[in-house]
Amino acid sequence: MRVEEQNKSTKKTHPVKYKDNDLQQTVIVKDDEKYEKLDLVLDEYEDVEGSLVTVLHQAQKIFGHLSRDVQIYVAERLGVPFAEVYGVVSFYSLFTVQPRGEYTIEVCMGTACYVKGSGKILEKLKSQLGIEPGETTEDGKYTLETTRCLGACSLAPIIKIGDDVHGNITAEQISEILTKY
Amino acid sequence: MKGGKILTTKMHLLVCTGSACLSAKAKGIAETLREELHKNNLESQYRVIETGCIGSCELGPKIIVSPEEIMYHGLTPDDVKQIVQEHLINGQIVEKFLYEVPETGEKKATLNEISFFKNQIKIALRNCGFINPVQIEDYLATGGYQALTQVLHQMTPEQVIETVKRSGLRGRGGGGFPTGIKWELTRKSELKNKKMDTKYVICNADEGDPGAFMDRSILEGDPHSVLEAMAIAGFAIGSRQGYVYVRAEYGLAVERLDAAIKIAKRYGALGNNIFDSDFSFDIEIRIGAGAFVCGEETALMNSVMGHRGHPRPKPPFPAQKGLWNKPTLINNVETLANIPIIILKGGDWYRQYGTEKSPGTKVFALTGDINNTGLIEVPMGTTLRTIVFDLGGGIPDEREFKAAQIGGPSGGVLTREHLDIPLDYDSLLEIGAMVGSGGLVIMDETSCMVDIAKFYLDFTQDESCGKCTPCRVGTKRMLEILMRIVDGEGQEEDLEELESLSVLIKDTSLCGLGLSAPNPVLSTMKYFRDEYEAHILDRYCPAGVCNIKPKYRIDPETCTGCGLCAKVCPENVIKGEKRKPHQIDSEACKKCGLCYEKCPVGAITRGESRKHLSIGGVR
Ligand SMILES: Cc1cc2nc3c(=O)[nH]c(=O)nc-3n(C[C@H](O)[C@H](O)[C@H](O)COP(=O)(O)O)c2cc1C
Ligand code: FES
Repeated sequence: MRVEEQNKSTKKTHPVKYKDNDLQQTVIVKDDEKYEKLDLVLDEYEDVEGSLVTVLHQAQKIFGHLSRDVQIYVAERLGVPFAEVYGVVSFYSLFTVQPRGEYTIEVCMGTACYVKGSGKILEKLKSQLGIEPGETTEDGKYTLETTRCLGACSLAPIIKIGDDVHGNITAEQISEILTKY
Repeated sequence: MKGGKILTTKMHLLVCTGSACLSAKAKGIAETLREELHKNNLESQYRVIETGCIGSCELGPKIIVSPEEIMYHGLTPDDVKQIVQEHLINGQIVEKFLYEVPETGEKKATLNEISFFKNQIKIALRNCGFINPVQIEDYLATGGYQALTQVLHQMTPEQVIETVKRSGLRGRGGGGFPTGIKWELTRKSELKNKKMDTKYVICNADEGDPGAFMDRSILEGDPHSVLEAMAIAGFAIGSRQGYVYVRAEYGLAVERLDAAIKIAKRYGALGNNIFDSDFSFDIEIRIGAGAFVCGEETALMNSVMGHRGHPRPKPPFPAQKGLWNKPTLINNVETLANIPIIILKGGDWYRQYGTEKSPGTKVFALTGDINNTGLIEVPMGTTLRTIVFDLGGGIPDEREFKAAQIGGPSGGVLTREHLDIPLDYDSLLEIGAMVGSGGLVIMDETSCMVDIAKFYLDFTQDESCGKCTPCRVGTKRMLEILMRIVDGEGQEEDLEELESLSVLIKDTSLCGLGLSAPNPVLSTMKYFRDEYEAHILDRYCPAGVCNIKPKYRIDPETCTGCGLCAKVCPENVIKGEKRKPHQIDSEACKKCGLCYEKCPVGAITRGESRKHLSIGGVR
């Protein structure tokens, strides 16, 4: 996994340590740089009422996914129980606890795209990549996801790879599109 | 068409940079245009404006030359060079890139000649596509923030509320609750500690209905109008703090909204002592995280507070107990976008559009099997026929209109028999559909209605938050039945079972999600019952969408008993005496279809036997 590799390379010699009340043990946190970034976010939002979802968004941007460690860290800093953080993470479909591939391919399964055949496109991607939605290819390159309407329905059917939107596509074009990534 | 115009001496070149056009590489078009103007020393005469969505999304990157509003579309950077050379320098319209009427091939130069545009009345979308969404000067030039100035310096909160009530505006988020009355209720709710506490204004920009993008386009194309409306609402109800709750998928909308908030603060239109009055109001953005139920107001408020987005029973309504238990006004983006112009022009002006009970206009997102997809704004009460055939330009590939899905997962289908009913809140409720947020998905005969019902139920089932049992378990049972039917394993009792489950779920669910979840199933069952029956009784999908093997039968009246079918059947499941009608053992039949092909008199049918009973779903 790319994310993990990055973690290794940025690992510093001063691990952050803190005491986790729920687990009654000391957790050692590696990966200073990302935690430093997270600290900045937490400094900003620590006292803002109702900011948990916002913080988790930022944390996911920094780490790529919300590991148990990150969730515990956020809970600790915001002074809310870990269970509540986990409850929020598991409720919202955009939060992920699994590391992601380099590119996330999102297939829109909104109505407009569905009517225009996004089902076939998903099938094609599943067979070409050999993974199911929610999974990541073995080489860590692609994560496949289905999503709800991306709001560009007039270009249906749509897939989004990273930040690029590809509209009006057919299953036959998939292979060619993937070569660009 | 009515739209905002900006008063300067320069001619305007509008380049749409809404989400759809951006993915069609509109940024490159704007850049090339600027380079070309520079190369040809035309910068002093023309201003390139990167606008929000103008609505005709499938026409790809486009340039609109203002003030004539000549539209060039489907452009590449090379085409831009040609347009600069021929149109801007030589004064010749470049025919090649003009809009072409699909049926006649006739070229149309200006927006007003194109039926997609000329049949629209733009009120909520008045600025979308005509101004740079973020720059406050553009918004000011179209009369922006004048309503807020007027409200703060010349009106009382009661007068503001009276104007909104007078307009008859109803909530565009789906419920259709009268906006003025909601404002009044929230104003009348008392705060316990007036010094310390505040009421809240929330703008609902969650837009979860798949196939809808009205709110997104407004936020991307005219964010200041929503901010201005929120400040007006804040003044009317007595609030100091607003939140915009935007779904995370709408990155560009968040970006533009964020920029607009910063600029509005600098300009003094938000923040402390707005326009030198003693009214202060601030707005924060909150981003959703992919849960449809968070569009429901009580769930949304939980999410704004950083919790799981669970809905709660009403009453108490948000107007009484909302965010942090304080009175809260929650309105949809499109509802709010109408407010500033209603204040400026008056409630009666707004009422002249639309119908008696549903005044004003409605924005629809027109998608699916239709020639002109995109965003349209039409008076309430416009017929589906006008929308599909005049604005939408009809169905592509010479196919037939079959149905329109309106109101998303809470709505229903409209069929050919509904083409002439007025689209407004009450007429639609009568026939078991709803205006909903404004998603309008058009389907031709290649769509299977059972499959569509399954699609929506799959959606609601997946998005059910799980708090109440009828919604969590009930929708699951319904989905299982529908899956069975589209797989060709439906049973005769299934339709009744679906109906009784629907009633149960509608009667006992906690929030709007469950209450309306059965609607797409009930509505398709009502108008396309024959399609359900074809799947169940004949194992046949009339639209050819579902992957089921048909059930073969031999019509005893037609069969001559020639025995050819029995001879070709590889499974030996056709029996019968010579010159007597034969029979197929359906259980053992492997559905290879050889007998069907071989029968010289067409006595073998496969499911389509009942198709002639219904045309387009209407018996
Ligand atoms: C399941 C469900 C989803 C909803 N989704 C939205 C939505 O995405 N956007 C919206 O404005 N209203 C949505 N609503 C309606 C809101 O609860 C609320 O009525 C609306 O925001 C009020 O604003 P309005 O009066 O301006 O329409 C939804 C309601 C339900 C039951
Ligand atoms: S349905 Fe796919 S973008 Fe809207």
